[in-house]
Amino acid sequence: MRREHGIFYRIDKIVVVLYLILVFFGWLNIYAAVYNENQPSIFDFSQRYGKQLIWIVAALVLAVMVLAVDPKIFSQFAWLIYGGVILLLVVVIFVGRDISGARSWLRIGRIAIQPAEFAKLATALVVAKYLSRFDLNLKSFKSWIRPFALIGLPALLILLQRDLGSALVFASFLLVFYRFGMSQYILLSLLGMIVIGILALLVNQYILVGILFALAFIWFLMTQRRTRNLLIILTLFLASASYLFSVRFVVNQVLQPHQRERIYVLIGKTSDPQGAGYNVNQSLIAIGSGQFFGKGYLKGTQTKFHFVPEQSTDFIFCTVGEEWGFTGSLILILLYLGLFARIIILAERQRSTFSRIYGYSVASILFFHFFINIGMTLGLMPVIGIPLPFLSYGGSSLWAFTLLLFIFVRQDSYRSELV
Amino acid sequence: MEKRYANRQFVILGIFVLIGIAFIIRLFYVQLLANKYFLSANSNVLRHITQYPARGLIYDRNGKLLVYNEAAYDMMVVPRQVKEMDTVEFCRLLEIDIGSFRERLAKAKRYSWYRPSVFTQQISREQFAVLQEKLFRFPGFFVQPRTLRKYPYPIAAHTLGYVGEVSARTVENNPYYKPGDYIGISGIERSYEEVLRGKKGMKIRVVDVLNRDMGSFQEGKYDTLSVAGTDLWCTLDADLQAYGERLMQNKKGSIVAIEPTTGEILCMVSSPAFDPNLLVGRIRNENYRQLSGDTVNIPLFNRTLMATYPPGSTFKLVNALVAEQEGIVSPRYRIPCYGGFDLGDGHLVGCHLHETPVDMANAIQHSCNTYFCTIFKSLLEKDGFYETEQGYNRWRDHVMTFGFGAPTGLDLKSELPGFIPQTTYYDKYYGKNRWRSLTVISLAIGQGEILVTPLQLANMTATIANRGYYIIPHVIRGVGMNKNTELKYREKHYTTVASRHFEPVIEGMEQVVTLGTAMNARIDSVVVCAKTGTAQNPHGEDHSIFVAFAPRENPRIAISVIVENAGWGTTWAAPIASLMIEHYLKGTTKRTYQENKMLKGDLINP
Repeated sequence: MRREHGIFYRIDKIVVVLYLILVFFGWLNIYAAVYNENQPSIFDFSQRYGKQLIWIVAALVLAVMVLAVDPKIFSQFAWLIYGGVILLLVVVIFVGRDISGARSWLRIGRIAIQPAEFAKLATALVVAKYLSRFDLNLKSFKSWIRPFALIGLPALLILLQRDLGSALVFASFLLVFYRFGMSQYILLSLLGMIVIGILALLVNQYILVGILFALAFIWFLMTQRRTRNLLIILTLFLASASYLFSVRFVVNQVLQPHQRERIYVLIGKTSDPQGAGYNVNQSLIAIGSGQFFGKGYLKGTQTKFHFVPEQSTDFIFCTVGEEWGFTGSLILILLYLGLFARIIILAERQRSTFSRIYGYSVASILFFHFFINIGMTLGLMPVIGIPLPFLSYGGSSLWAFTLLLFIFVRQDSYRSELV
Repeated sequence: MEKRYANRQFVILGIFVLIGIAFIIRLFYVQLLANKYFLSANSNVLRHITQYPARGLIYDRNGKLLVYNEAAYDMMVVPRQVKEMDTVEFCRLLEIDIGSFRERLAKAKRYSWYRPSVFTQQISREQFAVLQEKLFRFPGFFVQPRTLRKYPYPIAAHTLGYVGEVSARTVENNPYYKPGDYIGISGIERSYEEVLRGKKGMKIRVVDVLNRDMGSFQEGKYDTLSVAGTDLWCTLDADLQAYGERLMQNKKGSIVAIEPTTGEILCMVSSPAFDPNLLVGRIRNENYRQLSGDTVNIPLFNRTLMATYPPGSTFKLVNALVAEQEGIVSPRYRIPCYGGFDLGDGHLVGCHLHETPVDMANAIQHSCNTYFCTIFKSLLEKDGFYETEQGYNRWRDHVMTFGFGAPTGLDLKSELPGFIPQTTYYDKYYGKNRWRSLTVISLAIGQGEILVTPLQLANMTATIANRGYYIIPHVIRGVGMNKNTELKYREKHYTTVASRHFEPVIEGMEQVVTLGTAMNARIDSVVVCAKTGTAQNPHGEDHSIFVAFAPRENPRIAISVIVENAGWGTTWAAPIASLMIEHYLKGTTKRTYQENKMLKGDLINP
């Protein structure tokens, strides 16, 4: 391929087109969510859709800049960027501004940014950098301590800002670790803990212990009857039983009543459409009332009259569900799945380990947001305030996601440059 | 080294796809299968506001407005939409206490979480003005305009009736009514409910999360307009009614006046009366409790239709007519009176001192008991002493054609039939064939078992004034622009007594006023025909009764007046009737002495 055709001929058009569709569709829905019949101008920069328009333009400029620079700098400066973001995260704990309970905003002049959004990007870079070291041996359990520390540190700092949602996002790196050699038992036991934890609150504890015991017994019968197997199974059984009781104890005795109520509402033990379950109930009403074809753009009554809180940010999917209906929601989900799959496919064909790992990080982070956010609006996930990538209102998240994605697009284009 | 884990990419892709499928299944359920979300969305934003039509107005016979409407506002609540709010402020604005607030909210919740129900009825215009601006701070509450009845004159409460909240039973049986709706409960409001109420409309408004009105739903495509109720023209003469109520103040009793040629009721006074404005709006419950608690005077009781009295001597008119018709006596035939009618067992139906012998006119003039007992005995024994029962039945049939013994068919509900006993009644009491004319001789003078309502008495007078027919009395003469009432209220009901027999009786009635028992009922230049009555009553002093019509030729008013426990017909009932007639025919009276005496007369707290 000739050099003079330039970078723009080598970038992956599918990813870029999917990105542009999502961003534009997001803006349409933000407009709908804050739409006011008496003030329909789209260029009102005091309104959220006006601001989002500025941020979209800025994001596109950022994307072009990323595509223009030498892709090697991202791996070379990974530690520096990571260090800088960690510093910002520490700073924000002390000087940040409190917005809706979380101290995650940093104000510089007239611009407020959320360092947590950029921490995901920096961690993705550093994880890729670290895991791609040729001398790394990841066979032992101990060798995973450092990678976990790399994602644990920013997560902890963000947790200190009381921003649980953004901290949880770092769990998405577990998928990356898994792809590159981490034992599947870690993922499985995590899944097991979640399942047992939920059941512990829903089902009678003694019945549950009985079921666990029965499972352990059947398992033992199916394995060879060696002392070692017996010990493993027994240990697992005792561990899950004690875990079960400690979950019950913590939820029922340690947590504050309002926290307990929120957990109960989530797992469907109690319903409280006016209190803890208000957001989700209204969200489901908005989405459900969209039916097959939706109510039509700008015609969603729940959207227009602001029945769903946070509708332009965390609950933007409600607008899609109500105004575009099942068809629109289905297409959106397919677009996202297409983007994730495309990133995975591109990652798999990278020659440089750094780019491959980085690609998986991008896919995992985006997927995690998609999973929690839409799951939350559909009442399947807890109400954790994290944005839907590219759709939700917000400059920091849009820029961070854009950078995250386009650094990968740049890496990918560099792959063909070497040919 | 990661080549070993290459197949894990498919696991990861599998997780992505699995979650995607889970979301699509969930969306399929939420958007396509479950319709509760769709319905909730509507209940979130759509507010169905009933458009209550203005109830029809009621005018008197001269076009005076008797009943109109005034705007009022009901505070409505949709319990599901009530959120945390400043309850104290809200209670302060509505002037209720917290306990009452909780109680009302609980009641609304019991009815429905989703449908609006009345929280506070009829808040005043001033309260409404203050509330309106602050209403957005109280989600779930909204105001619905209603109308309240208003009465410019404090009269005719019994006839006009009142409006009140519909009962739970009516709501169940009649789909038109919803809880909190108003319905006519008595009087004209009740019997003409369907004409007066009009047709409710429905407006669908869209509201936002703060319960602010965001306009109509789909440009009002599904809105229906309310249709105002139809106005009524009633037969009452407001002036006469008011005058009658004044004359009857501090007395128990009633006045019913009828225009004989049309059967239109000119006034219906039941005393003690009350101001109809008392039974309107939020003060109604309290006032109703007070009025219904007065068990001595029972002001809510409509005496004109529901009180029954022995007609006393006024009934002699009917007996005379029946006797004439049956050929028992000719008007010229004179019967001597020696102070009473001998019952043959040592008892006497006493009579007072007057000239003797008397012909029919004289007998009426003097209200001679002997005369009427004699003809009544002959009447019952016309076919022989042992055929009394046959004679009695013949008499009863005649009497019934005067509108006695059954409801007249007035266009108001709860009218009582009165009582004209059947032979079986006496058979039961005395045994078959064990009673004769002398057993029931008190009927001759309007005592005994018979009972009549004041309305029936007035109707009898109208019948005599008409010389033999009546038109069913009614209180409504026109519905809307259509001034004709139903055929029922235009037909003539003839009595079984021929027209020619009436003149002698009417002659007697004129003499009652000119020479006889009620000379205090005379009116200058108007020939009044009348009859006094005194109804014995077991509970206390006699009831004073008076019936009259005037003028003698082309009568314009027939009237019955009953003053309870007031003694002779002459003392109270006669002057009141005569003042009423004079007021109606001339508009004023010169007999101020008599008028003042009647106005001041206090028979309740003497």
